[in-house]
Amino acid sequence: MSARFVRLAEQGRPIVRLKVDGEPIEALQGDTLMVALLTHGPALRQSEFDPGSRAGFCLMGACQDCWVWTRSGERLRACSNEVREGLDIITQQPEAIWPLRG
Amino acid sequence: MATARVVIVGAGPAGVRCAQTLVAAGFRPILIDENRRDGGQIYRRQPQGFTRSYATLYGTEADKARDLHESFEHLRAQIDYRPDTLVWNLTPGQLCCVSQGEHSTVDYDALILCTGATDRLMPIKGWQLGGTYSLGGAQIALKAQAVSIGHRVVFMGSGPLLYLVASQYLKAGANVAAVLDTSPLGKRIKALPKLMARPRLLFTGMKLLAQLRQAKVPVHLGISPLQVLGEADSGVSGVQVQTARGETLTVACDAVALGYHLRPETQLADLAGCLLRFDEASSQWLLATDDAGRTSVSGIYAAGDGAKIRGADAAECAGRLAALALLQDLQQPVDAAQVAEQHRALKLMDEFRVGLAQAFPWPAEQAKALPDDAIVCRCEMISAGELRRTVSEKGACEVNRAKAFSRVGMGRCQGRYCAQAGAEVIAAAAGIHVQEVGRQRGQAPVKPLSMLTREVTP
Repeated sequence: MSARFVRLAEQGRPIVRLKVDGEPIEALQGDTLMVALLTHGPALRQSEFDPGSRAGFCLMGACQDCWVWTRSGERLRACSNEVREGLDIITQQPEAIWPLRG
Repeated sequence: MATARVVIVGAGPAGVRCAQTLVAAGFRPILIDENRRDGGQIYRRQPQGFTRSYATLYGTEADKARDLHESFEHLRAQIDYRPDTLVWNLTPGQLCCVSQGEHSTVDYDALILCTGATDRLMPIKGWQLGGTYSLGGAQIALKAQAVSIGHRVVFMGSGPLLYLVASQYLKAGANVAAVLDTSPLGKRIKALPKLMARPRLLFTGMKLLAQLRQAKVPVHLGISPLQVLGEADSGVSGVQVQTARGETLTVACDAVALGYHLRPETQLADLAGCLLRFDEASSQWLLATDDAGRTSVSGIYAAGDGAKIRGADAAECAGRLAALALLQDLQQPVDAAQVAEQHRALKLMDEFRVGLAQAFPWPAEQAKALPDDAIVCRCEMISAGELRRTVSEKGACEVNRAKAFSRVGMGRCQGRYCAQAGAEVIAAAAGIHVQEVGRQRGQAPVKPLSMLTREVTP
């Protein structure tokens, strides 16, 4: 599926390599995880309460819609954490999932 | 050197000017900020390594942004600055903080809350779809990351930020599909006398609209939002609204920036026991402070949009005033002329604030019209119909009770984006004024903490 975010400027930054769900992707130094993921695909995670996918909402650390996880289980807010070389990100919640309703 | 332990929370325009005023009086305040860099949201700084100029980033506000950032740089060695630190709770005299997964406490004698604001949202059917962002979020994407939230973006809602962000996107080369404003022209004309309190700002606003029109961006006033169109997996594919003429308008897009001005972050003040009051002009609960920023709790002060939504310029004045009020309360000498100057400036900004609220009103009536299957709580997918049933079947006409039954406000955003609209839904269903349904109480932790959070003993 296509990327959600569109880069408009500042594209001369050094490349940072990380993994998302096992797949290697390239981002730019200074990218938030949100920008790194959404310049490659349409979503950040699945909603726990419906079949919908989510792509963040407020970008200022208030809505908590953009949680992703590292392979070691640390939860990161994608809007307020920058990419680092070698990061291994998982977009599926590692904890037990709240039972879907219905 | 003064000995009172003064803590400021928030390093935006209010917090920085507050710190500056205290440093000038011989204090060394602790400045705690959740962000990695100073500037707050409005003067948010781009990451190291980005090269866009102040003029590109902040437009007409470039000089103010630079001045605030430079002031902060000068202050840095004279304050105890703690970035990347969330204050998640407080007790009398002590703050609970978390930084990089580690919990610690900070003692204070005086506390100045400069906690800022977030977008104020009214739900629309389909707003949970990926690709719907808050208006402020859309601005941050551009300002802090040089990206557009989509390939074709609709700006919908009301308020000055709607036109500002749309024109910033346009200028940066993004594809702006439409600007859809719920406020009709008539409201703006009626508000003109009050908006004339700040003619430069009024002129800037009118210029933004002219730029959008000149670029042939469709701008519709007085619209009623109907729905965000799209699919659960792929996200937004368009928006549908009713125009002022009553026609249905569909605009294709893959992103929507949605917002209706701002709401204050009052959780910490609320936990401290500070009183809030219902503000008629903006139809929301704000902190009750005196005109210098003293809250109802002795030793706790508030400034900036977290206390009263008046924008960045007012936040700078209010930050200085709150510091001056604290100095007065500590029996320190204070320059009366400086106090008077801030009050004078704030008076005009107050008038402008009321004008803005009239020109771009909070669309309370939309809550009543929201279809039963529209989602109110996007965190946990709770619909307007479910919330209405807590009123009709369980008699819950008070928001905290309705929250307990419906979970609206219990999700991961902790009510930041659904509580005000939820209160309107409840009020409309109960047939009472929104002030009577109350407001959701602040709860600790004010933002979710990770189960991996460790305690460190100093």
